[in-house]
Amino acid sequence: MSESPEEISGPRRVIGTPSPAPKAVDVIDEPKEPAFSAEPTMVDHAKNAERVVAALFILAFLAGCGFIAAYVGLEVGQSTIPKGANAVVAAFRSNLALGSCLSIALLALGIGSMIWVRHLTPNIEIEEQRHDMNSAPADRAAFQRSFAEGAAISQITKRPLIRRTMLLATLPLALSPLVLLRDLGPLPQTSLRTTVWRKGLRAVTLGGLRPLTPGDLSVAGSMITVIPEGYQDDQDALAKAGVILISFEPGQLNVPTRVVGGVTVSTQNWTLDNTIVAYSKICTHVGCPVALYEQTTHHILCPCHQSTFDASAGASVIFGPAPRPLPQLPLMVDTDGYIAAASDFTQPVGPSFWERG
Amino acid sequence: MSDDAVKIPAPVSGVGGWLDDRFHGAKGVRVLMHKVFPDHWSFMLGEIALWSFVILLLTGTYLALFFVPSMSDVVYNGSYTKLDGITMSQAYQSTLNISFDVRGGLLIRQIHHWAADLFMVAIMAHMLRVFFTGAYRKPREINWLIGIVLFTMGMIEGLFGYSLPDDQLSGAGLRITEGVLQGVPIVGTYASYFLFGGAFPGDSIIPRMYILHVFLIPGLILGLITAHLFIMFHQKHTQMPAFGNTEKNVVGQPFFPYFLLKGQAWFFFIFGALVVLATFAEINPIWLYGPYTPLAISSASQPDFYMGILEGSLRMMPAWEINFLGHTLSLSVLIPAAVPLGIIFTGAGLWPFFEQWATGDKSFHNINDRPRNAPVRTGVGVAAVLFYGVLWAEGANDVLANAFDVPLYTITWISRFAVFILPIGGYYITKRICLGLQRKDAGLLTHGVEIGIIHQLPNGEFVEEERPLTEEERALVDSKHVYKALPTPVEADENGIPAPAARGPLGWARAYANQAFTETVEPTNGHGNGHGPNGHEAIEGGEHAAIGAGDDDSHEEH
Repeated sequence: MSESPEEISGPRRVIGTPSPAPKAVDVIDEPKEPAFSAEPTMVDHAKNAERVVAALFILAFLAGCGFIAAYVGLEVGQSTIPKGANAVVAAFRSNLALGSCLSIALLALGIGSMIWVRHLTPNIEIEEQRHDMNSAPADRAAFQRSFAEGAAISQITKRPLIRRTMLLATLPLALSPLVLLRDLGPLPQTSLRTTVWRKGLRAVTLGGLRPLTPGDLSVAGSMITVIPEGYQDDQDALAKAGVILISFEPGQLNVPTRVVGGVTVSTQNWTLDNTIVAYSKICTHVGCPVALYEQTTHHILCPCHQSTFDASAGASVIFGPAPRPLPQLPLMVDTDGYIAAASDFTQPVGPSFWERG
Repeated sequence: MSDDAVKIPAPVSGVGGWLDDRFHGAKGVRVLMHKVFPDHWSFMLGEIALWSFVILLLTGTYLALFFVPSMSDVVYNGSYTKLDGITMSQAYQSTLNISFDVRGGLLIRQIHHWAADLFMVAIMAHMLRVFFTGAYRKPREINWLIGIVLFTMGMIEGLFGYSLPDDQLSGAGLRITEGVLQGVPIVGTYASYFLFGGAFPGDSIIPRMYILHVFLIPGLILGLITAHLFIMFHQKHTQMPAFGNTEKNVVGQPFFPYFLLKGQAWFFFIFGALVVLATFAEINPIWLYGPYTPLAISSASQPDFYMGILEGSLRMMPAWEINFLGHTLSLSVLIPAAVPLGIIFTGAGLWPFFEQWATGDKSFHNINDRPRNAPVRTGVGVAAVLFYGVLWAEGANDVLANAFDVPLYTITWISRFAVFILPIGGYYITKRICLGLQRKDAGLLTHGVEIGIIHQLPNGEFVEEERPLTEEERALVDSKHVYKALPTPVEADENGIPAPAARGPLGWARAYANQAFTETVEPTNGHGNGHGPNGHEAIEGGEHAAIGAGDDDSHEEH
């Protein structure tokens, strides 16, 4: 099967040039049977091709059997694999065996089918006439007449009262599916404006749920994610209340200002000793956690869309699509010496929304 | 045997007869068997999407047998011991179980994911083929629109599908979806609360996406694919320009047995290729990402490739927010979420109608265009690809920055300019290339093909020998459909009233667009072996002579 019949019958065709031999086009008005010729021109060639196709199909058969054998033979899952074996390795091994067998079976079937159609079937082209897409004018006219007649018989054109009341009747029915969607969820009301932080609520580490003292952050340049104590299982609360604590050398932190209730206030007393500051971890762009912190530049980076905030200057935006600084959480040290919130955030955290104002 | 009448096997007469007694199908089925399928490699692209969808249905059904669409918390204690003791949703746990505790589960999961990506790749490639060859023209505009709807549905279906496992990466995608939804004016927060059943993440989103992903959207896709195929079947396939192909016929191989065998081969190839990928190329290893928590994220978080354009748009947009009558209008979210895809989908949907309007061409087209023969269309197509491509690449700006050691912000700044400059430049350059290729074709038609023999004349002049094009070559090279320029609108009639076509910006736009669409290169006539100054000048001046070249009637239109 070194050459295909087309290649033998004509000169070699260079890719990109039109086929040199005129196509044998069998012009027919209505589709008719292609000239029947079950015998390919090159008998030896066909014999070879037949053997290759059959070999590929036998390969596909064997690979298919291999798939079943691999399914039966290679156990996965902790409860079935031998003691001490690694369940993940077992799953990957099973995947490799099953996938290899299935790949071979399918590709062998595909290649075999392609050789079959290209090398064993005679290359016959037929021609079919297209018919105009538009109907004959008489048919169109007849349809229009039937339609108009039917409409007239139904009286819908004649009796506007019926027509209009019917439309009126369907209106609330058409709206009712939308009405039914109302109970998909509660109304947002003011829930996007507040978080669970309140005065005296301790900040604990996200990982170990450990409360922190200012001394735990004495190494300048560290950033740590904290959550309100007791809310570790409340994903809805955490999605708004996640906070990053960042510590600075004395003097590194520019005293940020915030607008609270229309008045610009210094937020120096929101920090601890002007060295530890807390910002919302929820990006003001579309809500990803701002998780990357570069100590040397004090830049906080959101890995989703690369909004960049300057932690030393009130988390102001220095690059990217975020429209405003990360909200700052007022901090205090509680009577036991642990870091806690001095109040909730003074502005909504996270992405913008219409009612935000 | 070939001379004998074909022997009818007993099952054909027996079973066939039994069925025909009941359905009267012999005549109709015979017509279907002879249905002609024109052959061209690019006609197989849509078929890739079709077979991918079939594979998606098969593998998806299997996965649904094991997947638990629930956000109830469970503590994991299973085969993937690294996550032992971790609280996670049942959705995530059951996806881990499919991967590690169901034989073949990982394979089917990965086939399903790869097939979804291939489905979208194939739709894109198929759309580009249809666009660049003008196969969307009358009477096939409706099928073009169905294709666009299928593409958007594929995007939503894919987004919901890869969000179902409730892993860290897909949860980040949902968080972004929620953030964008909140930014929608007036209804944003309500839409978000209704979709998520309250505050993000809530415990409703997975079961809700599940029913949309496994029932509603695939049902719509299946229905639209069926309509797409029936319309294609009814209108008959387009064909490439070739000798013997006309607007009135369709030349190719009959459905039975050729297309059946080829379709079978193609299905097995595609399925086989997907299984090779699923076996050897890991995709979406959700066990490495961990269960979703709203406060964790990994760097270089990226959606599947077909959502990359939205991600890139969000990354490219500079910060911009305005206060509109006391309300927040988050333009740095709204513009990237709606505008780029809006331009692409709306533009693609309107394009066939725009082209008809600009060219005044209302005729049927069954022979495809060569891209060079429609310079404006090809230029606009390249511009769209570049526009999409820049936004898409920007969606991986962090990966690009890392791979090429370029500052992250630099890439974003480059893309902010490139998204405007590249499409415009691409349009003009492509249009010039198309006209250049037309000029080459015009040369072929007037000069013929150089056959590589050079003669030296007694006076020392060198002349290369050429042969005229064969009929088959001419059928391809001379397949250009030349649009006639619309009559120049009369500025004002004798009463000083301008013609309707000249009025207003629409009239002006149409005249301008028509001028672009009718720019062409006509083959010049009668120079034969025309070397020497006249021949070349005529060819090179063709671009300028084009509009006025109507007097040259040697060119036969197809």
